[in-house]
Amino acid sequence: MALKHKPLTVKLAVIALAMFGFGFALVPLYDVFCDLTGLNGKTAVTAATAEAAQIDISREVVIEFIARPNKQMPWLFQPEVTRMTVHPGEIHIMNYLAENPTDKMIVGQAVPSVSPGQAALYFHKIECFCFTQQQLAGGKNMLMPLQFYVDPALPSQFSTITLSYTLYDVTSAWSGDSATSSQLGE
Amino acid sequence: MSAAVTDHEHDHEHHDHKPSGIKRWFYTTNHKDIGSMYLIFALVMFFIGGAMAMVIRAELFQPGMQFVEPNFFNQMTTVHGLIMVFGAVMPAFTGLANWMIPMMIGAPDMALPRMNNWSFWILPFAFLILLMSLFMPGGGPSFGWTFYAPLSTTYSGDSTALFVFSVHIMGISSIMGAINVIVTIFNLRAPGMTWMKMPLFVWTWLITAFLLIMVMPVLAGVVTMVLTDKYFATSFFDAAGGGDPVLFQHIFWFFGHPEVYIMILPAFGIVSSIVPTFARKPLFGYASMVYATSSIALLSFLVWAHHMFTTGMPVAGALFFMYCTMLIAVPTGVKVFNWVATMWRGAMTFEVPMMFALAFIVLFTIGGFSGLMLAITPADFQYHDTYFVVAHFHYVLVTGAVFSIIAGAYYWLPKWTGFMYDEKLGQWHFWCSLISVNLLFFPMHFVGLAGMPRRIPDYALQFADFNAFISIGGFLFGASQLIFVWVLVKCARGGEKATAQVWEGAEGLEWEVPSPAPYHTFETPPVIK
Repeated sequence: MALKHKPLTVKLAVIALAMFGFGFALVPLYDVFCDLTGLNGKTAVTAATAEAAQIDISREVVIEFIARPNKQMPWLFQPEVTRMTVHPGEIHIMNYLAENPTDKMIVGQAVPSVSPGQAALYFHKIECFCFTQQQLAGGKNMLMPLQFYVDPALPSQFSTITLSYTLYDVTSAWSGDSATSSQLGE
Repeated sequence: MSAAVTDHEHDHEHHDHKPSGIKRWFYTTNHKDIGSMYLIFALVMFFIGGAMAMVIRAELFQPGMQFVEPNFFNQMTTVHGLIMVFGAVMPAFTGLANWMIPMMIGAPDMALPRMNNWSFWILPFAFLILLMSLFMPGGGPSFGWTFYAPLSTTYSGDSTALFVFSVHIMGISSIMGAINVIVTIFNLRAPGMTWMKMPLFVWTWLITAFLLIMVMPVLAGVVTMVLTDKYFATSFFDAAGGGDPVLFQHIFWFFGHPEVYIMILPAFGIVSSIVPTFARKPLFGYASMVYATSSIALLSFLVWAHHMFTTGMPVAGALFFMYCTMLIAVPTGVKVFNWVATMWRGAMTFEVPMMFALAFIVLFTIGGFSGLMLAITPADFQYHDTYFVVAHFHYVLVTGAVFSIIAGAYYWLPKWTGFMYDEKLGQWHFWCSLISVNLLFFPMHFVGLAGMPRRIPDYALQFADFNAFISIGGFLFGASQLIFVWVLVKCARGGEKATAQVWEGAEGLEWEVPSPAPYHTFETPPVIK
């Protein structure tokens, strides 16, 4: 009796286990899907090359900059300007001010998000402080640079792009080998 | 077919050597015992979850804070949802499956009886863990039954670990139950019980069981991710570590949307059994019912993001999920029209199971329509997270799933106990429930459209009258269910003897064994013409 049921029972149990794995497979699948579609407004985590093609001076795009430290992050963190009008293809540099008001060293990681999400694919960063973890000694401040351009292929319905950075305290998870820009301090 | 009756009276005397007392229930591998335990467990959970709903409605009776702290209020909404979904509705359906499926397909028992025992007996511990967490310092889970990250990861208390383990156990129990149902239906059908002769309750449960083994593991996965994010420094849903909180919602609703069909497909099966009996006509459009159920199940995997339109998505995505969601109305409409066509020119009588089934058809359709309203992406931006959503899912889950379970309980009660239930008390139960449930949930549509948010212990003054009204409906609905317990106890203790067929128009193998159904049925398979 039991033998008769074993093959089907095993098959169904394998399906259940495979679906447990599928739940976890959704994590990388989601990342790939978002990379392709810009669904969640995540921008690339690596530098774009500066091969800005044509500068399209006939068109203007407003870039808005938002920066906020996460609730657990004691740093002060803000962009130098909050709005900038650019032509697609033009390379711009934007500085963010960071200050560590505490008396101990803190490592920060900025995570960018672009809104509307689909515009994320057309917002290219050549250099960004968000590519690495930033280390800042207590009481110090620093300028963190961002070099970017907007892709001339940006679909015409987008006239404003909002770039938002959230800064997280990652001191506890910090390994010490990725803080390449600490020399920028002060 | 009728040879079964006499055979089984004989078997009854032969095989009835079960341990006595409490051991019978701990050690039992009998599908009827396990089915009864599932049903009683579900009833107990229904009252525990219901008591929490009473706390919620008492607090919302007047604006301002009356009885409980906001944190406790949030625990009540969270645990009410978890208990009703995983503790009341799902075990009740599993209990009905255990009792009825072997009898409907002419099988002697479930295919894997020992696993059956285990899948029931881990369930009380899951809910014991969940309920105990309410008494921890800081209280139980308070992030809503949907446990969105970062509420459940960053901002939750230490009871989250208990919540995760209890969901794991519930999931294992459901998966084992589902495997058992599938193996039973595949391997133990009586000779001649072809696929397209199976009663619809068996069909809908088969499809439900497949949904269960597809999505319960995904739920287990997502609670595991919450656990490791909270305690083991992973960053599945934490943007600081490269994760994304919106990912949580995708994985959760990939489970969550098929889950709502897990809670309604067996209800369709129950109503499809009851309506033909009391209309004294065969079910209209049997084959189309099977195909409609299958297509609802397939579509349920393509609509999850309609729960999260407001997270922002490309227009193409929003349209895809909107159209797929609306498409589900087609097979669901097929079912509703088939039930109506079954009744058309039937010789109808209106016993309690039929009354609940009729109320199901009307009120579930109202819930379906509000679901269609919610499917419209731009409209959803207004309705999202308001009491309109609460009204919608209570219409499909209370007047849908719960009414069908009650209908099924009345319908098969004489088969289980051997006695007819008290028809007059049952009618009282029905009418009190019908009126109070609409007092309770219908005005929620209006306060929702007017902008009252869900899961908040206080509200703006203009909602005060409606909320007082809703709370009174809630208390009456809660009290009405005490009549149900009275009917059940009375019917278990005695009453008019039930015949084997019980209902004049009832057809199917379960009506050919005597009432009460003997401990062992169909040890030799019946022959199906």
